Amino acid sequence: MTALSLAVTDSATMLRRQLRHMLRYPSLTVQLIGMPVIFLLLFVYVFGGTLGAGLGGAAGAAVGGDGRDEYLAYVTPGILLMTVGLCATGTAVAVAMDMTAGIVARFRTMAISRSSVLTGHVLGSMVQMVLAVAVLLGVAVAIGFRPDATPLEWLAAFGMLLLISLALTWLSVALGARSKSVESASNAPMPLTLLPFLGSGFVPTDSMPDWLRWFADYQPFTPVIETLRGLLLGTEIGHDGALAVAWCAGGTVACFVWARRLYERAPVR
Amino acid sequence: MEGPPNRPAISVSGLRKSYGDKVVLDGVDLTVAEGTIFSLLGPNGAGKTTIVKILSTLIPADAGELRVAGHDVVRSPDAVRAAIGVTGQFSAVDDLLTGEENLVLMADLHRLGRAEGRRRVAALLERFDLVDAAKKTAGTYSGGMKRRLDLAMTLVGDPRVIFLDEPTTGLDPRSRRAMWQIIRELVAGGVTIFLTTQYLEEADELADRIAVLDGGRIVAEGTADELKRRVPGAHVRLRFADPAALESAARLIGTAARGDEPLTLRVPSDGAVRSLRVLLSLLDQQSIDVDELTVHTPDLDEVFLALTGHHTTEVSR
Repeated sequence: MTALSLAVTDSATMLRRQLRHMLRYPSLTVQLIGMPVIFLLLFVYVFGGTLGAGLGGAAGAAVGGDGRDEYLAYVTPGILLMTVGLCATGTAVAVAMDMTAGIVARFRTMAISRSSVLTGHVLGSMVQMVLAVAVLLGVAVAIGFRPDATPLEWLAAFGMLLLISLALTWLSVALGARSKSVESASNAPMPLTLLPFLGSGFVPTDSMPDWLRWFADYQPFTPVIETLRGLLLGTEIGHDGALAVAWCAGGTVACFVWARRLYERAPVR
Repeated sequence: MEGPPNRPAISVSGLRKSYGDKVVLDGVDLTVAEGTIFSLLGPNGAGKTTIVKILSTLIPADAGELRVAGHDVVRSPDAVRAAIGVTGQFSAVDDLLTGEENLVLMADLHRLGRAEGRRRVAALLERFDLVDAAKKTAGTYSGGMKRRLDLAMTLVGDPRVIFLDEPTTGLDPRSRRAMWQIIRELVAGGVTIFLTTQYLEEADELADRIAVLDGGRIVAEGTADELKRRVPGAHVRLRFADPAALESAARLIGTAARGDEPLTLRVPSDGAVRSLRVLLSLLDQQSIDVDELTVHTPDLDEVFLALTGHHTTEVSR
């Protein structure tokens, strides 16, 4: 077998291991899927009336209807990103738990593909993310989210979500491998769930003070959110699409290299 | 395996390892013949686990020529990994998977194929008395069961060289004996075993050769008998019914010394049945009655005291 086919076989074995973990302890998966749904309902029904009324302008004009419906349309892409961020937290915790367990020391003494342990985590998390995103979109549609995307735009939107998932999962795998304890691993990816707030996820950035707006406009989540919004709701995408793909691709490569290096160097108990 | 039959399974020369300015291994040389049990004996912090980690490719050495199963550990780690199995003192099982799933995971990683994998997993569950627990998650296993599963997982890949790092530490006496039996069966099947232990008794029971590691150096090496002979602490204590018997026995046995208690003699001895029989028949021929005989074998601490000049507890990590 070639090195690549070995890596694929071993990664598939490790993915099966992750899926078994998920099935055996579904509470984490349920929590990762449930939290974004709760946030969606909270933002739409508690804050949505007021925030939607304040949207005005181009952002809400595409959808029409009352403030709440308008806000549902506006906030869904942001919550989608938050979903991906939350799942990434789960990944960091799972990786940190694995690194402190003897089983990974065993894997290291076996003639298997070196990156397969991490790849298994990444693939397992992506499965979790796809589930969580699907549930969230289902709930959003059920409460009145009406995207005007063509099938091709849907495909592109899913592609965008997969790209950002891949980047964030490798980032959280690295954060998990870097953590000295499971507790610090659960804190490290916290900014990932906050970044949609400090971007265009929940309110347009032009409503923010200048210093914050500068950060919000240039942080990587904003182009991703704007791209999703454009694909699903037909708002202007402009150069955000290319920017989003570049952020995701660059992030994935950088975090993959970082995570592998950490795994190689991680102290062995 | 390829190569000449008498090639050592493990050969180490000039192995050094430091963490910062703390020297853990200070020039270790050892050779393990194929198909034998080699035991590395030493207290906590002597560097036993570090040697296992280096030989099993987990951590790099600072210096040294290291070959395992005919492969250079530094230059071809994957060839070494393909030939070895490791069971450490910390359990290396996946607690969230069942015993059977853990074994299947190993079979998949060794790319055994479905049928062969299943066959081997079933055989190992049977052999390690885990059939009833096969469908339970490993997290619910007792210490002894976990250790058995751990070793079973190591055997899935049919390794030629097995590293057992303190395989019985923390086990109750019954589980320990069961583990010893398993280890004997393994070596009977032709594999080479590198065993670390803090228990002299364990090395004595199992090992063909024993090396004593202290402060990052091998301070003694030989068979169990050879090592015990170097330890003066081993003796037989004889108690007699009356002073007359004591006197005649003392005259008869040249090496005897008066014991700490009245009517007792201390006779230096390795405590082996063979030498006891010689001693007793000697006394028997002279019709000297012995009230009580106790065998005092040196424990690890005495071996250490004799070989290194200090107690095990003084060895700091």
